[in-house]
Amino acid sequence: MNSYTFEKIIEVKNLYKYFGQVIALEGISFEVYKGEIFGFLGPNGAGKTTTINILCTLLSPSSGEVIVNGFNVMSSPDEVRNSIGIIFQELTLDERLTAYENLDFHGMIYHLPKKIRRERIKEVLEMVGLYAKKDYIVRTFSGGMKRRLEIARGLMHKPKILFLDEPTLGLDPQTRQYIWDYILDLSHKEKITVFLTTHYMDEAENCQRIGIIDYGKIIDLDTPDALKNKYKEKSLNEVFLKLTGRDIREETVDTKEKLKEFLRTKKRLR
Amino acid sequence: MDFYAIGMIWLRDIIRHFRDRIRLLSSITRPVLWLLIMGTGLKASFNMSGVSYVHFIFPGIIVMNLIFAAMQSTISIIWDREFGFLKEILVAPIPRISIVLGKALSGSTIAFIEGLFVLIFTPLIKINISLVGLFLLLPLMFFIALVCTSLGIVIAARMTSFEGFGAISNFIIMPMFFLSGAMFPIDNLPHWINFIVRVNPLTYGVDLLRQIILGIKIFSFYIDFLFLIIFFLVMLCIGIFEFNKH
Repeated sequence: MNSYTFEKIIEVKNLYKYFGQVIALEGISFEVYKGEIFGFLGPNGAGKTTTINILCTLLSPSSGEVIVNGFNVMSSPDEVRNSIGIIFQELTLDERLTAYENLDFHGMIYHLPKKIRRERIKEVLEMVGLYAKKDYIVRTFSGGMKRRLEIARGLMHKPKILFLDEPTLGLDPQTRQYIWDYILDLSHKEKITVFLTTHYMDEAENCQRIGIIDYGKIIDLDTPDALKNKYKEKSLNEVFLKLTGRDIREETVDTKEKLKEFLRTKKRLR
Repeated sequence: MDFYAIGMIWLRDIIRHFRDRIRLLSSITRPVLWLLIMGTGLKASFNMSGVSYVHFIFPGIIVMNLIFAAMQSTISIIWDREFGFLKEILVAPIPRISIVLGKALSGSTIAFIEGLFVLIFTPLIKINISLVGLFLLLPLMFFIALVCTSLGIVIAARMTSFEGFGAISNFIIMPMFFLSGAMFPIDNLPHWINFIVRVNPLTYGVDLLRQIILGIKIFSFYIDFLFLIIFFLVMLCIGIFEFNKH
């Protein structure tokens, strides 16, 4: 069933991240294999986005080792940046530019020559079905169209690894399906490694392996079927709730939580 | 150095600027208002040998357009951060110094163009600038625009919201403009004001342009130039440091 090879493309060893006194990541370790779709699940504030931000060099780790496509994120950030494409949780398009301009500028900062930029833009825009709209200002696009444009942009420089931070958040079922068809197709045809976070458990079923993170620690990591068997649950949703509890989380750590974290850090320092 | 990235950042800001009609319009109306209203209103009470008030403030009006445009275009840094586009640039394989230089160049290009709008009024208020003067004036205007933009980058890099930048514009741009000798001579001021005037880069910018346009000066050309260069380099270093912090 596994079409991917067991060559490691992301290696995280004992990664810690502190924000002041608050621990965001508490010594997580995992590996992602070349060509697989790896899902990262966890309640709000569990540390998913922090992990992605460290993997894509936006944040530096407090300690631990992070290797992406053979490069250390601390010592060779530019090599890492060259190997990856990212679709962030929030939109990062320039809404005052046209779709074409957004992609053209993206190609420029990834050093693609003009001729190649023109070819790639056509290729990726046709792939997401937006080529006819290439000269429209992005502000006039719907949420789903903007998402598709971002995916097109993330693929333009042919990254080895594509990071997707909740790519289908707030999209209608049709667009979600559409985007997932791309992701599966990409992983199948182009052998791109996909690292994604999501809250939708039905989407997580599409991943080859899943890591579940909570309070900055990885609770479990395995294939969806293995997880279901292990915890004797019928659905991933049940597994998820069993592992992370049924309490509703706040996105930002509340005061009580902060105090707890603070005391925990104190204990460690002593 | 990454010229692709600098070019991209520059071109993007220029495109955005010229799509914004209202900003273009305000950059033309602002000098008209100042020259017309202040120029004629204060004409009678102003007494300085041989120079009319409109002529006296004219170099200052150029500098005003430069700093307003420079500050406004650095707002795009805050804009980019709030709307996420900065992330797209920060995860790209480009050195941070190129981001700062791209922003500095786009901001000063836009400011320079807005400064040129003021020059359109020279025939109207009967100022003659020689060809040699113009040859000196244009690069100096670009240089002053660069100095203002570098200050704007440092401020914007530290700001977290638009609201904050509005306050900065009131607490920094306006006082800087008024205490630069743009609107009144600065030789008989109380000590505490005099101090602010002396550390204000606009003072030297206005002085520089006034030397060339009217032949009146407070400091020598080299002192003006040296102060501005040092100020610019310091701001550039702080700006690069701020961007590297992420």
